[in-house]
Amino acid sequence: MAYVPLADQDDAHALHDPQSFVTKYIWSQDHKVIAIQYGGVAIFVGLIALGLSIIMRLQLGFPDTVSFIDPAFYYQAVTMHGMIMVIYLLTALFLGGFGNYLIPLMCGTRDMVFPFLNMLSFWFYLLSVLVLLASFFIPGGPTGAGWTLYAPQSISMGTPGYEGGILFMLISLAIFIVAFTMGGLNYVTTILQARTRGLTLMRLPLSIWGIFTATVLGLFAFPALLVSAIMLGFDLVLGTSFFMPAMMELGEQSSYDGGSPILFQHLFWFFGHPEVYIVALPAFGLVSDVISTHARKNIFGYRMMVWAIIAIGGLSFMVWAHHMYVSGMNPYFGFFFATTTLIIAVPTALKVYNWVLTLWQGNIRLNTPMLFAIGFIFTFVHGGLTGLFLGNVIIDIPLADTYFVVAHFHMVMGVSPVLVLFAALYHWYPKVTGRMFNETLGKVHFWCTFLGTYAIYLPMHYLGFLGMPRRYFEMGSTDFVPASAQALNANITLAAIFVAVAQILFFVNIFWSLRKGDKASGNPWGATTLEWQTPDTPPKHGSWGDELPSVYRWAYDYSVPGHKEDFIPQNEPGEEYEKTHHTSGGHA
Amino acid sequence: MAIAVVLFLLVVGTVVFHFASPWWFTDIAAHWSNIDFTINLTFWVTGFVFIAVNLFLAYSVYRYRQRKGSTHTAVYEPENARLESGLTILTTIGVVAMLAPGLFVWAQFVSVPDDAMEFEAFASQWQWSFRYPGADGVLGTADIQHISELNPWGVNPNDPNGQDDVVVKRPTMVLPLNQPVKALLRSRDVLHNYTVPQFRVKMDMVPGMVSYLWLTPTRTGSFEILCEQYCGLGHHIMRATVEVMEPADFQNWLNAQATFAQTQQRVAADTTVGQQQYAVCASCHGANGEGNRALNAPKLAGLQPWYIERQLRYYQEGVRGSNPEDSFGQMMAPMASMVNSESARRNVSAYISTLPAPASSVTLPVGDAARGMRIYEANCAACHGSDGKGSWATDAPSLAGMDDWYLANQLNNYRTGIRGDHDGDDYGYQMVSMVKAMRTQQQQDDVITYINSLR
Repeated sequence: MAYVPLADQDDAHALHDPQSFVTKYIWSQDHKVIAIQYGGVAIFVGLIALGLSIIMRLQLGFPDTVSFIDPAFYYQAVTMHGMIMVIYLLTALFLGGFGNYLIPLMCGTRDMVFPFLNMLSFWFYLLSVLVLLASFFIPGGPTGAGWTLYAPQSISMGTPGYEGGILFMLISLAIFIVAFTMGGLNYVTTILQARTRGLTLMRLPLSIWGIFTATVLGLFAFPALLVSAIMLGFDLVLGTSFFMPAMMELGEQSSYDGGSPILFQHLFWFFGHPEVYIVALPAFGLVSDVISTHARKNIFGYRMMVWAIIAIGGLSFMVWAHHMYVSGMNPYFGFFFATTTLIIAVPTALKVYNWVLTLWQGNIRLNTPMLFAIGFIFTFVHGGLTGLFLGNVIIDIPLADTYFVVAHFHMVMGVSPVLVLFAALYHWYPKVTGRMFNETLGKVHFWCTFLGTYAIYLPMHYLGFLGMPRRYFEMGSTDFVPASAQALNANITLAAIFVAVAQILFFVNIFWSLRKGDKASGNPWGATTLEWQTPDTPPKHGSWGDELPSVYRWAYDYSVPGHKEDFIPQNEPGEEYEKTHHTSGGHA
Repeated sequence: MAIAVVLFLLVVGTVVFHFASPWWFTDIAAHWSNIDFTINLTFWVTGFVFIAVNLFLAYSVYRYRQRKGSTHTAVYEPENARLESGLTILTTIGVVAMLAPGLFVWAQFVSVPDDAMEFEAFASQWQWSFRYPGADGVLGTADIQHISELNPWGVNPNDPNGQDDVVVKRPTMVLPLNQPVKALLRSRDVLHNYTVPQFRVKMDMVPGMVSYLWLTPTRTGSFEILCEQYCGLGHHIMRATVEVMEPADFQNWLNAQATFAQTQQRVAADTTVGQQQYAVCASCHGANGEGNRALNAPKLAGLQPWYIERQLRYYQEGVRGSNPEDSFGQMMAPMASMVNSESARRNVSAYISTLPAPASSVTLPVGDAARGMRIYEANCAACHGSDGKGSWATDAPSLAGMDDWYLANQLNNYRTGIRGDHDGDDYGYQMVSMVKAMRTQQQQDDVITYINSLR
């Protein structure tokens, strides 16, 4: 049978129209509802993780003031904050939230190719979150093993939650990975198989390229985490020794023998490093579209941007042991992993150049989404450059396990992706809700968040230069840390509290605007990509009315010479400007 | 507009902060100045990029922002092959300029000089011990299975190379000046890490294997050793000290330490002698070591002998009982000098440990044992055990059966700096931190009430 693209067999695919409130909003198979479900849960757990970070900061900034923060709880807060932010907020919101919402719309299809699986993906994700949160209510509380869960410490006495909390964590991770796999297969298949007529791969918006590559990375990387979670669970519950060597526990020989703690680290980081890009690549993609739209200018070097995403994705599997320079692994690995790590800086730097060059000679609309995007470029440059310190093995030796690392990864995969998330949430808010958000409130939110986070993390690097170790309940009396470091820590804490409180502005804005915001037109930003061309806003079930859109051009026809509007939607018929006017290069 | 100005100010502010910051690398005390060089080099390269990219960003935003009434339109320029390849080449050059020297110095890190003197650092939750090769210059083999209270290093007793090894149980080690040294790093339980900020180098300690690092100390002085790989609850209180001395002083120090063979051949304690010595103690602590509240003399029965022995030494050395605010400790100090030899302390401690421990009485307001249990299990049990019996492995004394008033006194002493702050107190600083698990009187009462329920 001849292959018929999904876009051409539209009628054959009758949509499962929701029948009732329950099938419409709860057991929904509509990607847009699932996206909002994913997003809502992710932001909810993200707020818990934000609260945990404030607990940490209170202890570090103002030790001896909060009576309920004991050492055990501090380490539990550190652990849960990290794991929730990385996995349950960032991964889930970028892929489950934005991936779900944007893939079918940007690809011009009515839904994911496997809507039922998509629904299951969300419910498994919710289950994983509930299991994770349940660990706060069991005896011993959640695990305090650090988010990396390094064996043997994570399952031996001396670590908070070593019996119950860690098991809940491992089970929750396993469920999350099942959820991710169901969603991820959907995203990849939809992008590869269900794009509408004329939408070639090299016409895709960079958002889709970022989400697609990140999902592929996830499908290869999460299995490594899954096996480490399962094997660590076996070591804990069944007494196997995959990661557990012969060791002592409180003066007694443990029954473990022969396992390798370093093997756990290799498996963890074989997942863990690609995970950085599972978060970063969707951010790269989304921010590219936000920048291009509001600069009224095509993204500069589109092909380079696509290949950079792919190159970064591929290289991200070859750099994992740069997290392990001081782990005791064979030090000769350092030569290889330092080299691959610094190579990855080249495509990453090119992306930064291209964002800035997109702004160059643009017609920049300095609204809330654009401000967040510009803020992202600044913090990402900062965080990327400090990565060149840590990636270069010999420089990592003094800086590893200090606050420099904490500052670096928060700047590069905390603040930067979160700024993109806000840029994207504001940018797509009119499409999702049909209302405009309050611009003034949005800008105030930006300034508080951007300046506040920089005030947190810039000085934190310098505590690292000093040699102040991370994951310390308190520094205690020590010779090499001057007393002024405590004052600095107090200021960092104040900035952190300020940023946390400022997030209220965001929630006030989105909830207030939901009812009171100005009605949004279908394409308020004058954007080219397909999601802005739906017949209804917010898009109805099936999104496209009677007929799927056809695509005639790439995603970035902004300010095309000779065209009366400063943008041409992808589905507007006509020859591409590139085809008729040979400019330098051309974009395929 | 504002964003362009702010970006400009942030760039300037960041540079100013960098140069004005009093928080910077500690004065180096090892020969790894090459590491500092690569860091500074990286600073120049990345600093240039940071300034250049962000100023260009700020300028672009300023120059090409939309203005009211302006009819400016954006330029249509999808690609610029020359610009893109130019930037690629420039970036690659910058990366190579940082990577090449970095790898060069890393090559030095991985090649230990042949004349490096070896020593071993051995970590456990949350203590340090050390070992030096003896006269034969060879460290004996060691393994987890040999570890016992008497042999906490796990030195193989059948290995002749190990007999003359110099062993140090305290969290203090010494290195000779200007002598390349290679640290062999082992762990007894979980991952740990050997870090001395002034030495610049650090490495994890992994159970089941031996990792290493090397350095040449370049200035004398006393430096802190920290664990920088998260190792559980006591991670932040896992400290030791390394002292760098002139080689002759180092040799003297080394000669004064016990060899492994000596530690294994100590004469057994004599409880009969100990019983005679105890007669003096009995006047306050009671004939059966049951303690006397009226005299503020704590119960001794039930405490481990190594703990009593250490406390007697501390009183005698002024580590305990010398603080003018410690009135009870000051009463004990002169008494301790009556058992002023190591063997005397061992004998009397051994005798005390034979005394049967009577049940503790409740003299303080009763707290909430359930809440106390939560705090105890989370923060105290890791060292003192769920049963409150303590352990030699964590240097934690038994708490079960101790009188509540004494526990309260000591917790208050740790909190107020009366106990644990002395430099000679190898383990007290850990409690100075851990009492923060009980920041309110109520929390402390709860925990003590729970400990009271442990038998």
